[in-house]
Amino acid sequence: MTTTTTVKVAGHQEPSGTASGSSRRRPGRLRRIGLPYLLLLPALFFELLVHLVPMIIGIVMSFKELTQFYIRDWGAAPWAGLDNYKVSVDIDAPVGEALLHSFFVTVGFTLLSVGLCWLIGTTAAVFMQDAFRGRGLLRALFLVPYALPVYAAVITWVFMFQHDNGLVNHVLYDQLHLTDKPSFWLIGDNSFYALLTVSVWKGWPFAFLIVMAGLQNIPNDLYEAAALDGAGMWQQLRRITLPSLRPVNQVLILVLFLWTFNDFNTPYVLFGKSAPEAADLISVHIYQASFVTWNFGTGAAMSVLLLLFLLVVTGVYLAVTSRGRKASHAA
Amino acid sequence: MQTIRAVTAGVAALTLALTAAACGGGSTGDDGGSNKSPKTLTYWASNQGASIAIDKKVLQPELDKFEKQTGIKVKVEVVPWSDLLNRILTATTSGQGPDVLNIGNTWSASLQATGGLLAWDDKQFGKIGGKDRFVESALGSTGVQGQDPAAVPLYSMAYALYYNKKIFADAGIAKPPATWDELVADGKKIQAKGKQVLGAEGANVSENIHHVFVFGKQHGAAFFTPDGKPDFTSDNAVAAVKQYVDLMAKDKVIPQGNAEYAQNQSVSDFATGKTAMLLWQSASANLKSQGMAESDYGIAPVPVQSGTPGTDTQTNSMVAGINMAVFKNTDNLDGATQFVKFMTSDEEQKILNTAYSSIPPVKAAQEDAAFNTPANAVLKNTLATSAAALPQVAAESQYETVVGTAVKELFADAAAGRPVTDDSVKAALEKAQQQMPAK
Repeated sequence: MTTTTTVKVAGHQEPSGTASGSSRRRPGRLRRIGLPYLLLLPALFFELLVHLVPMIIGIVMSFKELTQFYIRDWGAAPWAGLDNYKVSVDIDAPVGEALLHSFFVTVGFTLLSVGLCWLIGTTAAVFMQDAFRGRGLLRALFLVPYALPVYAAVITWVFMFQHDNGLVNHVLYDQLHLTDKPSFWLIGDNSFYALLTVSVWKGWPFAFLIVMAGLQNIPNDLYEAAALDGAGMWQQLRRITLPSLRPVNQVLILVLFLWTFNDFNTPYVLFGKSAPEAADLISVHIYQASFVTWNFGTGAAMSVLLLLFLLVVTGVYLAVTSRGRKASHAA
Repeated sequence: MQTIRAVTAGVAALTLALTAAACGGGSTGDDGGSNKSPKTLTYWASNQGASIAIDKKVLQPELDKFEKQTGIKVKVEVVPWSDLLNRILTATTSGQGPDVLNIGNTWSASLQATGGLLAWDDKQFGKIGGKDRFVESALGSTGVQGQDPAAVPLYSMAYALYYNKKIFADAGIAKPPATWDELVADGKKIQAKGKQVLGAEGANVSENIHHVFVFGKQHGAAFFTPDGKPDFTSDNAVAAVKQYVDLMAKDKVIPQGNAEYAQNQSVSDFATGKTAMLLWQSASANLKSQGMAESDYGIAPVPVQSGTPGTDTQTNSMVAGINMAVFKNTDNLDGATQFVKFMTSDEEQKILNTAYSSIPPVKAAQEDAAFNTPANAVLKNTLATSAAALPQVAAESQYETVVGTAVKELFADAAAGRPVTDDSVKAALEKAQQQMPAK
């Protein structure tokens, strides 16, 4: 991103530089080109330190047989070649089968969670667009789940989801009689819905916030013109709001997707170290494969596979959406 | 342009090399500690009391006493059980850890395999008064047999059956059940009075494994072959796991709601008089802090299949307890040894084990009158005659995780009203066994 900008600026300046004589041009030009890089250096350093180095160490680990016998001196752990990967992708054996199951659960969970977060966030933002009494208060209230510390928020949900004296069963069973007996939410199949509920509750305010910011940038004239032409609210939404939000949504969906797919805190606080099968998200699954069974090599291999998958998804998503944007710009 | 790119690449490569080298730094420690900082010690204590605050209150006066005697300042951190094993693993990986630490005694062999803990050979044991000072059963849970122990016993605990005297009287039950059949029969009388029968932590992986291990003993299943290979799917192992889960699924003495318990809710249920019975290790201090008077409950040995508790199939508890270990990378080896000596001295053993309602693994301290109350007599007797150590193999902590999780899933099935059969138990155990490390 930065590179292209710099080159463009430099290219643009070139004619004037040529005119002012060649003796003073070179150092000045170098300084101009060099300065952004110099300013970026600290960021680059910490980016390497915080992200890239652990990533590379993780990739190295994935080729090692890193079990409890070697963690004290993991340089001494024998190389495992592709064994860790073979174990992870062999879907006929239990480890690979469990990983694949966990992958599908995570994909389903992410699609539902991101979809609902976006839908609820956008709906709320659109309705909050017009000024009315108490709007500021409501906006602040909507952001509370996003502002709460994850642990405090999720542990409260744990209490509410309890079988014997949780609020959820009290409402659904004792008050509304919707179920014929109290349900389990933290174990068994319902745990998926419990997880989804908490995830959406926690995630939609972010969508709300971003979409709300995006809506501020749509000129009011457009709506007025549309109203004059006889467009109803639904048509205004479809023809003006959503197309104008396109670039915002593009980033929003991607960020929500990555966060949700990788979410560790929510399932970990809800279910502890061993998540129920129905809600076995991949991040906790990998945690269990490495920390709880002390097999860090296999855990690292699974992480690398996850990284590759997310890279591919992100790459394809960006390619497809930006092509779509270019096309619409051209038209 | 090209120069800049080259410089940037160079900086990147250098950074990478530097940081990578720094990360590897932790693993240079080799043989076993130094004495570079003789005046301080860091100690990771496990959470023994009802809360971390209570533990600090119990430990601090003793640490002050130690500082007075030796001039060594001990910085204590009480680590919650949910974090302790991870913290130890991280410390082992990085080489940055405490000098002295508490470990769950069942982890001894697994942690021994990492090589992160100081081995207690006869010479090292000699510095704290010799191996003979300790009770045999406690020493049996300090590492793989035939190797030098990885830790020293600190507190010993055993499972017992805690029962609510009033609920028993109301239901017309004269004495606590001695066999599982009696327990189930008593359960019917208790349920007739509208009370819950037996509490359990169905979603707590460690609790599950402790119970299943004892049921395994009673059914003659060892879960590991003599040469340390996992053996989870034998008919006896299936029968053992099924009998435990059936307490909820078939006998209905464990309430279905307990399938999701993992935060000691079953102890609260017992303390508040909701359930009549609880299988727990050294619960007295915990019950007291939850407001249950000592006169309100009785303590009896955990039931067996038939007859009286003893060895092998008459086993009715695991050897539960806490060991104290010295981290190999310590920079105060002598101080750490002195501290272990202090904590396992007769006097400190009496003070600490009284505070935590555990039993001293030190013979001389066990003789004290404080450990001869009826409650402690049951625990002491269980430890001496009918408790067995969990398998002392390197893969023990993995066994806890995978089998404990299998039992958790089976409880979830039982709670949802799905049938728990020999086949479903066997399938769960098969899956657990396949997750065990291949080597």
